[in-house]
Formats: sequence, structure tokens, C-alpha cells
Amino acid sequence: MKINSPLEAYKFLPATNCGECGEPTCMAFAAHLIDRSHKLTDCTPILEPKFKKKYEELDALLAPEIREIVIGVGEKVAKIGGDDVLYRHKLTFFNQTQYAYDVWDTMDEKDLVERVNYIQDFKKFYVGNFLTVDMVAIRCTSNDPKKFGAAVKKVVETTDLPLILCSFNPEVLKAGLEASKDRNPLLYAANKDNWKEVAELALEYDVPVTLFAPNDLDLLKSMAKTFAAMGTEKLVLDPGTFPTGKQLKQTFTNFVKVRRAGIDGDRDIAYPIMAVPFTAWMAHDDPVSASYWETVVASVFTIKYGDIMILHSTEPYAMLPELHIRDTIYTDPRKPVTVDPAMYKVGEPTADSPVLVTTNFALTYYTVESDLASNKIDCFLWAIDTDGIGVEAAVAGGQLTAAKIKKGIEESGFDLKKDTTHNTIILPGLCARLQGDMEDESGANVMVGPADSGRLPGWLEKNWPPQKK
Amino acid sequence: MTKKMKLSQLSDMLQDLDVESLEGVTIEGDIELNITGGGGLNPALAYALGSEISQISLHMANIGRMLGFPAEQLFASAFGMGEMPQPQALPTSPKIQELLASKFEVSKVDNWKNPIQEVTLGATSGDGGSRKNTVTIGGENALPYYFDAEMPHRNYVTMDVFDMPIGMAKSVKGNYEDVINDPAEWAKKVVREFNADMVTIHLISTDPLINDTSAKEAAKVVEDVLQAVDVPIVIGGSGNPEKDPEVLEKAAEVAEGERVLLASASLNLDYARIAKAAMDYGHVVLSWTQLEINAQKELNRKLMKQCNVPRDRIIMDPTTAALGYGLDYAYTNMERIRLAGLMGDDELTFPMSSGTTNAWGAREAWMVSSPLKQDSDWGPREYRGPIWEIVTGLALSLAGNDMFMMMHPTSVQVLKEITQTLYGSIESEEIDITNWIGAEV
Ligand code: B12
Ligand code: SF4
Repeated sequence: MKINSPLEAYKFLPATNCGECGEPTCMAFAAHLIDRSHKLTDCTPILEPKFKKKYEELDALLAPEIREIVIGVGEKVAKIGGDDVLYRHKLTFFNQTQYAYDVWDTMDEKDLVERVNYIQDFKKFYVGNFLTVDMVAIRCTSNDPKKFGAAVKKVVETTDLPLILCSFNPEVLKAGLEASKDRNPLLYAANKDNWKEVAELALEYDVPVTLFAPNDLDLLKSMAKTFAAMGTEKLVLDPGTFPTGKQLKQTFTNFVKVRRAGIDGDRDIAYPIMAVPFTAWMAHDDPVSASYWETVVASVFTIKYGDIMILHSTEPYAMLPELHIRDTIYTDPRKPVTVDPAMYKVGEPTADSPVLVTTNFALTYYTVESDLASNKIDCFLWAIDTDGIGVEAAVAGGQLTAAKIKKGIEESGFDLKKDTTHNTIILPGLCARLQGDMEDESGANVMVGPADSGRLPGWLEKNWPPQKK
Repeated sequence: MTKKMKLSQLSDMLQDLDVESLEGVTIEGDIELNITGGGGLNPALAYALGSEISQISLHMANIGRMLGFPAEQLFASAFGMGEMPQPQALPTSPKIQELLASKFEVSKVDNWKNPIQEVTLGATSGDGGSRKNTVTIGGENALPYYFDAEMPHRNYVTMDVFDMPIGMAKSVKGNYEDVINDPAEWAKKVVREFNADMVTIHLISTDPLINDTSAKEAAKVVEDVLQAVDVPIVIGGSGNPEKDPEVLEKAAEVAEGERVLLASASLNLDYARIAKAAMDYGHVVLSWTQLEINAQKELNRKLMKQCNVPRDRIIMDPTTAALGYGLDYAYTNMERIRLAGLMGDDELTFPMSSGTTNAWGAREAWMVSSPLKQDSDWGPREYRGPIWEIVTGLALSLAGNDMFMMMHPTSVQVLKEITQTLYGSIESEEIDITNWIGAEV
């Protein structure tokens, strides 16, 4: 974005402090525009005709340096690009890297459907949500437009996930587009030989298109400029992903250079970047080595500026770390992920059920919750407001104290004496030292559980219900 | 018979009718044509004329629109109707036959002016030690592997050895069962078989809550390890803040002259004692803080100013959290530290070390399967564990980490492969990816 202080944005706002945007003042709203936590359209007054000019000017100033490209339609629509910084701590990275796993048109139909279903159903629970993968890339290995069209059709029937149509043959791409034209697929790819035809297809069908210029950034930029002049800026750049050795080092350099140029303001190259870790399979014969290397390459380019990538291995030991490294890099570093501090029910607790204390750091809360729920333990789980800090760090940093726990209990409206038969709470093992204070503050019985909530089921079996004193 | 008319005839015709400009022509509602001064126009002709004029006005309006004039608004107000249906836009995409020439350019970062300190571990006989080789890390002038400046040293891996059997993930343990009771043999194994650049001997049995092994006995283990291998070594305590200073002191003494890395000095123990041991016996100090950049500055400052540790004897460990368990903090903490160092904060210009082994604490690395039924199958943990350690280390290598403390042989091998590839020292056959789409896999 072209401005970086709230004051600069404020100048364009209506300055009425009307509050429609949910902020008390225009200045407060301006600050949120700069940190990108609000959209300009949240200020309804500025959408009125009389502010049209100001709106347009500010909108342009706020546009992210790297263009945002949309692939697919409907609920599963994917956005890529839209970044403003080179380091996540400077703001945050937006629009997490989209992972597309491949199918190919010479696959058996049954296998194809099975693989697409596997891709779209893959999920892993993490801090309150399921991590999932995003897209299907259909590779044309037959070079036969009919075959490719049929494969695309099958995929379209099987999934709502966004698609990437992969071929260097414009006729093949056209057949794919015919089979998926309402789905806004990404074309892969225009290269130095086919660019005219592919540009025409992209314009005719109004879809985003990838430009492929392996290790040639001059060519890549020429193509991007040319496509823009022809009328489309829905572009994705693939500088080539070479899988090994010095070529891979060069690939790394290319990614860093392209993104740096884009963020530094070279509009001609400020588009999302595609990585193709798939090429690891061209360097390794043994599938475990290939999967490992592919995951390694995918991790490198998830961290360094890949906005979308095409992958082959669907082994969980490849997909799980990929999903987690992406989450790592795209988690907003400005705020810990939290749950609302409150008393939660796990299963169907009664007055005899245990009452457990934990923090409102999402990672802690959901780890504990899932340990309890998956073992069918009915209980009350108290998420104390620790500003989103985990147990051990919160004890060390003073966000988890006996007084805090007591306050949390009171505010949740839960009454230990009335609502339970045992007047007992269980603390995490890592805050054992709060036990004494806690007893004094609350007048309840305080037990100390194990250090890891994974051991709670066994611990409860031995220690619950508590022995009468 | 109705007369057909061509567009080109229009102006002629208007001329025939003695009309000089369209001033006198008004077009109303249902396309009625009144031409003042003209006498009794044949209705069919008038209709045709009207149609043509309208066509022209539409084309003119289109041109107007292309020139940026909001013609449709004019129409709307002139005709007193709402939004005009958008006239079909003319195909705007110009046919381009040749790629527009362009040169890609990007500048180097201009505020990375401060090099990271170089630190050498290990001492050969020439320097009063008995190591066969030394390891030097640091010296960077840019983020790792960046084109802005050559990276002077590759990344190094030091593998963990413990002075007693400890709990380990199953797939790690399988590699060490034969040496688990013998730290010296264990050390030999990681160097000979697993290609470790260095060895870390963790004296965890010294913890009063474990075996409370005496500092003297622990020092013997250090001597054994120094005997067994000739690579540089790291000596780790148990993490017990009361006992560690004493243990590390004794260990430093028996390792005199070997320029080992003492792990660690931290703010929650008597760091001055550890610093002094390092100075007295010629070692390097690991300055360990917990994911907090200001704490790291504070400890480094104290080591330098208060304990007089020279700059080439400090390595930092800003703490490693596992993938999925705080790696986002650890990554950004390191990246910020490295950037601050490069930009001139000389309390942070030290090479970094990561306890990458922490990755094995993540459930995903060691559990047989997901504890949650809704999860997709997690697959075999034998493959999950090592890649968890690899990706944790790899992320930190990109944030600026120089040295890795690791456990699993496969993780070590792959991490070395990728870091040295990015560093630029791995030769491999060139691969043509021009037609990757059609690759048979
Ligand atoms: C990530 C992290 C941070 C992050 C915190 C992010 C966050 N939102 O919480 C940041 C960078 C902010 C941080 C800061 C600090 N940290 Co810190 N941090 C860690 C780290 C690496 C991981 C902690 C974590 O997230 N674990 C995962 C979560 C899920 O664990 P958890 O909340 O404890 O939950 C588990 C158990 O407690 C238990 N459990 C939870 N609830 C319940 C309930 C019941 C009933 C039971 C029985 C069990 C149970 O089961 C859960 C799953 O296993 C650890 C080191 C490590 N590898 O463990 C250090 C660590 C916790 N940090 C530490 C310290 C000292 C600090 C700081 C004080 C450093 C400083 N000098 O500033 C600050 C304090 C900040 C503050 N409080 O404001 C120390 C604590 C030492 C101690 N024992 O006192 C640790 C252990 C590092 C170390 N080895 O020294 N830290
Ligand atoms: S809605 Fe717009 S005008 Fe009203 S307070 Fe918010 S920013 Fe200001």
C-alpha cells in the first residue's frame, strides 16, 4: 500500500465520526485501514456519490503492492497475493499459500475420482479449526484435448475446489476451459512459444493465467507487461521451480528477487508467485525420498513468497507438515489466537463432573479440549483469560495467577459450591505452584493434574472422584 | 419499395437536405425524426435515417466512452430513463504480435551494513586443543542464502548424546538402542554413521531430581566423549539453574583448550559463573533466552559488559518451538534478531543455534495416530517424525539460524542437504523442467 500512517488515510475520510464503521472515530478507523484489519467499504458514508473521488483515491492508495488474484468461484474460492511486506512481523502475510495437488488425464477414471475425493476430504484439526488443502491441478499427460476435457469434466463433477488446468498446448487448455468455464480456473501456462494463443484464451474466457518463464526473469516480466497491455492483470508468475542443486538455489534467488521488486513498487512484476515442488519427482525415483524432498521444497517456498503451488505427494507425512508450516507463516503475528474466556462444557457434564482450569490460548485450549472430548470425558473446562498465553508462559509472565483464576470463575457465573457436589478444581500440572494461593483465594479444594493434558484420562481414572477429606 | 441506405450515404444525404450540422436534428422517444426546413420526408426513409443516426450516435458514444467520457449518463439524462443497457464494449485488447521488451531489475538491500560476528568452535593441536577440525559459523552480511551477499559459512549440525538413557520417540530410539548406555560410543556413532559435524553431550543425569550425578562424575563423561570423537563438542547441563553452573564449570575445566560451546548461560541462573568458566578455560558461551528479543539483548549485554566475554565467544539460542507449537514465534523472533543485527544492533550480531530436537515434543512427530477421529489418517509415524524435525529446522535456517542441535539421522541428512543446496555447495545433475507437466510420476 502506498501510505503508511493513519493520518494519511484520515485525510480522505468523511471526518464526521459517525461510528457506522464500528469505530468511535474516523481516525481510529484510519488506523485499522493501515493495519488492514478493516476494509474501506466498512465506512458506508464514503460510498455516497459525493465522496466518490475521495473514495477512489483512497482505495487506490490502500491497494496492496502485490495484486490479489481470485481463482475458482463460490464458497471454495481462493485468493492469492495481496501482500504488502517482505517479513511477516512488519504486518502479517495475507492470503495463505494455496496448495493444489495434482491429477492427470491418463488416470483411470475411478482412481481419479478417488484421488480428488481424498484431496478434498483431507483435514486435520488444529486450534479450533480443520486445516485443509485447497485445489486440484489437472495435468494433461495425454496431449489430447478430448481426453483432457473429459478429465476436467470429471473433476468438476466431483469437487467444488478451484482448479488449475495444466498444459502448454492451447487446444488442450481450450478443451479444459470448455469443461470448466463457470469455475474460473487458473490456466497453466503461457510460455515463450504459446503466449499469444494462451493470452487469447485467458481474455476470451476471462480467467486468471500463469506465466511460465523458467529461470528467465526478463522474459517473465516481458510476458507480464504484454499480458497487461493486452487487457489482463489476472496473472500468476512461475519463474520455474528447479528441484536440486545450484538450480534450486537459483530458483530461491528468483523468488526473493521477484517478490522484493514487487513490494518495492515495480508494478509490472507485482503479481502472486507460483512454485511447483512437483518437480522433486523428476529428481527422485524412490517415492519416500521424492515426497520428503517435495515437502522440503514446498516448505522453503511457503516461507519465501510462494503464493500458490502444485504438489504431487498426498502422503500424510507430506501434507501435515505442509499444512502446519503454512499456518505458521500466515498466522497473524500481531495477536495470539485465542478463545473467549469462559466456562465451557465438554460432553455432558453433571454436578459430579470434574472442573478443570486452562488458558484461553487457542493452542492450549483446543489441545486440552480434544484430549478430553476424544476420551469421552464429561467435564467443565475453564478457559481463563491469560491474554492468549499458554500455561507455562502465562505462569512465568504473571497472566495466570490465583487471583486471575478466581476472577475468571466469578465472571463466568459458575458457582463451584452450588453447581458442583465436590467444590473442587483441577489445575494444570505446570501451574502446581499456584495450588496454595488458589486454595486460599477460592476456598475450594484444589488438585494438581498432570503436566500434559494427554495424560488426563489416566490421571482422572486414578484421582476422580476426589477422596472426601 | 423501401429504399436501403448505407452509412456512407448519410452525410451526402444530409447535405442533400441542406442540413449543415446536426443542430437542427432532434431525436425523441420512439425514434421520430424531425428535420426542420425539410419538406415531407417519406416515412420509410425517415425511419431508415433515424436508425442509422442512432447507430452512429451509439458508435460515437462508444468512442466517447473509450475516451473516458461517461456517455451512458448523458443518454440516461437526455432520454429521462434509468441506466442505459451497457453498449457492447468494443474489443479493447490490442493485438500484440511481439512480446514487449523488458528488463528485470531489483536492487540489493542497502541497510544491511553490519556483518554477523564469526565464531569458531573446536581447537586443533595448533591452537592448544585436540580436535581434528574446527567449525566456524556466522559472518553473514545478508539473510541466509540471499543474493545480496555471499554467505561465508554453511550451516552445521551437532547431534545429541545423553549421559543416561532417556525417553525418546520410538523412531528416534531405534537408532540408538545399542549405544544408549555408553555416551562415548553414542558420540562415535553419530559422527561415523550419521555424519554429525559436532556432538552435544547433555549431562542431564546431574539434575538433583533425576540422578543428581556429581559434577566430577559428569566431567568424566565429557572426557570420554572428547576421547571418542575428534569433532568440536557442545556441553549441555541438565537445565537445573542451581546445579548447572557447578556442572558446567567442572566440564569446562576438563575440556580446557578445546573451545567447546557451554550450554547455556541464561538469565535465570548464575550466568556470570558460566561466562567465567568459559573465559578461564577457553570456551564459547551459548546465550539462551526464551523467545524474547529484549531478554536476548539484555543477556548478551551482560555477558559482554559485565562478564567481559569477547564477541567471538558468544552464540545465541533464542529458543526453538516445534512446528505447530509456537514455531511462528520462534521463526519471527529469529528473523527479527537477525535483521536487527544486520542493520546495526550490535547486541544481536551473533550467530544462532537451535534446539531443533524440540520438534519431537510435537504430538504429530511421535504419536501412533491422531487422537481425533475426525482427522484424516496421519499415516506412519516413522516418516512423520523426521520430517517434523526437518521442517522445524529448515524454517529457522531461513530465519537466520546457523547451527542445529538434532536427533534423528534422516532429519540430519535431509536438513544438511537442503541447507547446503541453498548455500550453494551441492552439485547435481541439471534437470530440464520445461515440460514438467507431462512428467511420468
Ligand atoms: C511459545 C512460547 C512462548 C510464546 C507464548 C505464546 C503463547 N501465546 O502462549 C511467547 C513468545 C509469547 C513466550 C513468552 C514468554 N515465555 Co515462553 N515459551 C513458549 C514455548 C516455546 C512453548 C509454549 C507452548 O505454547 N506450549 C504448547 C501449549 C499447548 O502448552 P500449554 O499451554 O502448557 O498446555 C499444555 C499443558 O500445560 C497441559 N495443560 C494445559 N491446560 C491444562 C489443564 C489441566 C487441568 C491439565 C491437567 C493440564 C493442562 O496440557 C497442554 C498440552 O500439553 C515454551 C517452551 C516449550 N517448548 O515448552 C516457552 C516457555 C513456556 N516460556 C517461558 C518463559 C520464561 C517465557 C517468558 C517469561 C520469557 C520472558 N523472559 O519474557 C515470556 C512470558 C510472556 C508472557 N507470559 O507474557 C518458559 C517458562 C519457564 C517456567 N517454567 O517458568 C518456557 C518453558 C521456556 C523455557 N524452557 O524456559 N513464550
Ligand atoms: S463510518 Fe466512515 S465517516 Fe463514519 S466514523 Fe467510520 S470512518 Fe468516519
